Amino acid sequence: MRERLSARLSSHSFLALPFALWAALFIVLPLFFVLWTGLTDGAGRFTAEHLSTVLQPEYLRALKLSVELALLSTCICLVLAYPLCLILRERRERQGLLVFLLFLLPLWMNSLLTTMAWQTIMEKHGIINMLLSALGLPGVHLINTPAAIVIGMVYNFLPYMVLPLYVSISRIDESIIEAARDLGANPFQTLRRVLLPLSLPGIVSGSTMVFIPSLTTFVISALLGGNKVLLVGNIIEQEFTAAYDWQLGSALSVVLMVFIILNILLEAFTNSGEQGKKRRP
Amino acid sequence: MKKMRFCLALLLFLLPLSLTGCDMFAEKAEEGQDVLYVYSWGDYIDAEMLKKFEEETGIHVVLDEYDTNESMYPRIAEGAEDYDVLCPSDYMVSKLIRNGLLQPLDFEQLPHARQYIGEDFFRQVKTFDREGKYTVPYCWGTVGIIYNTRLVDDPVDSWQILWNEKYRDNILMQDSARDSLMIPLKLMGKSMNTLDESELMAARDMLIEQKPLVQAYGVDDIRDKMISGEAALGVTFSGEAINMIDANEDLAFLLAPKEGTNVWIDGWVIPKSARHPENAHKFIDFMCRPDVAVTNFRHLGYSTPNTAVKAQVAEELGDNAYLAFPPEEVYEGQESYRYLGEKLDKIYTRIWLQVKNSR
Repeated sequence: MRERLSARLSSHSFLALPFALWAALFIVLPLFFVLWTGLTDGAGRFTAEHLSTVLQPEYLRALKLSVELALLSTCICLVLAYPLCLILRERRERQGLLVFLLFLLPLWMNSLLTTMAWQTIMEKHGIINMLLSALGLPGVHLINTPAAIVIGMVYNFLPYMVLPLYVSISRIDESIIEAARDLGANPFQTLRRVLLPLSLPGIVSGSTMVFIPSLTTFVISALLGGNKVLLVGNIIEQEFTAAYDWQLGSALSVVLMVFIILNILLEAFTNSGEQGKKRRP
Repeated sequence: MKKMRFCLALLLFLLPLSLTGCDMFAEKAEEGQDVLYVYSWGDYIDAEMLKKFEEETGIHVVLDEYDTNESMYPRIAEGAEDYDVLCPSDYMVSKLIRNGLLQPLDFEQLPHARQYIGEDFFRQVKTFDREGKYTVPYCWGTVGIIYNTRLVDDPVDSWQILWNEKYRDNILMQDSARDSLMIPLKLMGKSMNTLDESELMAARDMLIEQKPLVQAYGVDDIRDKMISGEAALGVTFSGEAINMIDANEDLAFLLAPKEGTNVWIDGWVIPKSARHPENAHKFIDFMCRPDVAVTNFRHLGYSTPNTAVKAQVAEELGDNAYLAFPPEEVYEGQESYRYLGEKLDKIYTRIWLQVKNSR
């Protein structure tokens, strides 16, 4: 019995070998290179010099701004996506699927193109300002501001919020909600006490999937921020291309990774909590 | 040259670094064939001319391209590949020379270069290639101000206009530390190759002071924004300016503000590690031949130091002939960038970060 089990296990792990190989080659090894480059000087000696450089005010400021903008766009995505997913849940059939697909549509287009389109929309003589002036209203100054970057992030990353959120909300058993109503919960209470806790894993993984690309983006901030608003992603890009300072660029990536790992830990934590709950009789 | 393909750079940046080894020498030459490995800016040579060179000499050309000086340098420095001819910019030439990576040219083998490349350009080359032994200039231009005559009513003759409150949110600067710091340095009457940190800090403060007036720090997008009238003033290169003026006739270009400007030169050099130096000389000399230079000029639009070209193309250029072939007083005595050393490189990066990071 025991032997058979172990044989089955080993055959299973054999199937996982290609992925393990892939992960080692293209995930673990590059990560190691980044860590190595960030923590050594050119000659291969360990040094904290680059990490301490990151603590200089201009880097910290960019880091702070990146975190702020990423958090803001995550919140906006959540606020936009949650009601949408609730509505989609109600009409789960064909109609819901259609709306759902519409929301995923931006993913089918190259994000560089969609971001450039936003540039044209928000420009000084862009579409928004043309419409406003046609209506006799004063123009708005959007392009090359942090607001423009947040709009770009929300547009590009909203599908990543909708996707996990829709999955987790549509999986909530209708009878649980009916039970809540039977027991006298009003719609708000149902939302707060039943829907929100049950969709928490979706909220967390959606937030992670929006937060991380927002934190590391450099294309959106370069195109919509006119290179005037500097995010960490832009600095890393600069260090690797123009400045050719791979050590500093890697050190910055390492610091960013800390935020990402925190985020993933949060996700893992809520997920395991969820599983724990399910196991309870 | 300075036409950095922004999008391409982004794409390249996304490619895993581990793959960079795979695209070396896009094609391998056959055994025993006479070959030449050229490493140049993307789309910097008319393809027909490469074919012609192969037909005339029987030398097979393998062309690899780069989009920034900085991406070219490590490949040469690390000696991973033995290219025979490069086409770097001024400051990169001086960096290559300083690190002992180039070999002196044999001008005996370059009769066309001696005959047709303007004397004044060889003089200008000496600002970054002190002895003038390593470089044959290929393209050049100035950094100047492109402006929209419908939006700017002041006379444009000085860098000072980029600090004019009237043009708030209407100014486009280059997203490059060197090209941006050059401007306040010149305004203060300093050298753009200064090694004095306090001068650099003063220049930085001027850029920080200017930042609220700047609409964006751009690369290729400066062209689109100027053509569409999105901005009134922009810092750009003379070759680019001609293209912009062709697209929007309201635009005009100031080649050299009165405080002085940067004259950039891209030139042919031969690395020390070249395995076919004789072929490399043949190639460089071929590029200096008038008929070849004319074709390349038509293809590229950047000013050429080749004295035989102007007479042949002046007519088709019309008013732009002044921009493509500026009179000597425009570039005479102007500075070119020189490599400032690793320490200054870091200071420049840091300053640029502080400028872009300020509110």
